[in-house]
Amino acid sequence: MTWQPGCELEALKQRARLLSSIRCFFSEKAVLEVDTPLLSHSSVTDLHLASVTAQLSLPGHPSAKTMYLQTSPEFAMKRLLASGSGSIYQIAKCFRDGERGARHNPEFSMLEWYRPDFNLQDLMDEVAELLFLVANLPAPETVTYQQAFQYYLNIDPHKESDETLSQLAKDKTGICADDLSRDDCLDLLLTHCIEPDLGCDKPVFMTEYPASQASLAKVKERDGVLLAQRFELYVNGLELANGYDELVDADEQLQRFDADNEARKACSLPEIPVDYNLVESLKSGLPECSGVALGLDRLQMVIQETKCIDEVISFAIERA
Amino acid sequence: MANYSTNEFKSGVKVMLEGDPCAMLEVEFVKPGKGQAFSRVKLRNLRSGRVWERTFKSGESLEAADVIELDMEYLYTDGEFWHFMLTDGSFEQYGADETAVGDCKKWLKEQVIYTVTLYNGAPLTISPPNFVDLEVVETDPGLKGDTAQGGTKPATFTTGAVINVPLFVNIGEVLKIDTRSAEYVSRAKS
Repeated sequence: MTWQPGCELEALKQRARLLSSIRCFFSEKAVLEVDTPLLSHSSVTDLHLASVTAQLSLPGHPSAKTMYLQTSPEFAMKRLLASGSGSIYQIAKCFRDGERGARHNPEFSMLEWYRPDFNLQDLMDEVAELLFLVANLPAPETVTYQQAFQYYLNIDPHKESDETLSQLAKDKTGICADDLSRDDCLDLLLTHCIEPDLGCDKPVFMTEYPASQASLAKVKERDGVLLAQRFELYVNGLELANGYDELVDADEQLQRFDADNEARKACSLPEIPVDYNLVESLKSGLPECSGVALGLDRLQMVIQETKCIDEVISFAIERA
Repeated sequence: MANYSTNEFKSGVKVMLEGDPCAMLEVEFVKPGKGQAFSRVKLRNLRSGRVWERTFKSGESLEAADVIELDMEYLYTDGEFWHFMLTDGSFEQYGADETAVGDCKKWLKEQVIYTVTLYNGAPLTISPPNFVDLEVVETDPGLKGDTAQGGTKPATFTTGAVINVPLFVNIGEVLKIDTRSAEYVSRAKS
């Protein structure tokens, strides 16, 4: 029988303490807690994010409509920012289809917040402050994507040829596929050869990602290389948070959505309805801001020193 | 045979990889937040016994291996093949060659039940039970009175296995042996 929770009672208490200290942290900084819909007419277009869908029937509509459960509260929160909310945070359930493993449950909790007028460094400082307060973690160090690849693999991830990356990925990870993109190879090398070692002494912010992995972050050029203005936070080899200097250009946002859908078509994946509400809100003016999404379950995994997400949530998907 | 796609991968699944049948030991789901998902798999090559580590992109698939494990009773050897019989009442017999019998040869005793792994219908490997009772055919004379404390000597068994046994053991005695560690456990209960 699996009616019982998969975690200890102590984990439920830990969750309650964590939620309460996070709310206290933002309350003292006058960051507004918000609550946005989980269910939306549109969703993210990312090639490697799959939304869970639901069929919704409404009075006056003869047939049910396909709706999407959010993969993060990002779009709705940006619409609030564009309408003048100021700094906001949200603790929300998110859903990602197909993701299940020791570190993944398809339904998980996200802590996401946005700070108008913060640059990426300001936001990283605030993340560090929160980590110290709720998890007693030491001050993180910052390494660039390039530095990490140079240190662990002795290659320059921005300049190495596709062939070299592909061969290295095969040698280092035993990958069998031949149709690997440049980003696939970089992801493989990162997850197999670098990530397990990141943040073991103290948390690590990794910054300056390849522009191809910008997602919703701004892109800047430095020394002839285009770099995504984003960071990822690693603790004990666990990817914990993902922060952006947020893209505010509506035209570029729309272009990225369309490019994503083209890439999805090429991979025989369903196209996703573009969130024109978001595009419109950017047109009306999203303030310059930085935002970060932090996996709450994973933060609790760090606090509880466990490698398994099932030990920090009441009912993992098999028991849900 | 059917195919297994990455979302069907789990420990125990048997697949073909680089021409050899393999059994999955561990499967780990790996995915950077916005990146490609992979399955990181540890597999045992059922032919060589070696453990391989491989990574597969989500959505890839592997051919299922026609591998089945069956309980069979050891009958006899004709020098070239070792013959086993199914215990399901069918009396069906299988001949395993020297490669398939491998290290298990020194544990083979008539009428004992072994696990025979069949690959495409032919024996691939033979696994002994955890314990077998074997008779000593050669060892130094036993030391009377020395029943407990220390000291061992080599003994040769009917199957050819050589194992260290306590000093009190005599030729003709039947001993219980742990096949996993190749160590003496006790005198066999008769």
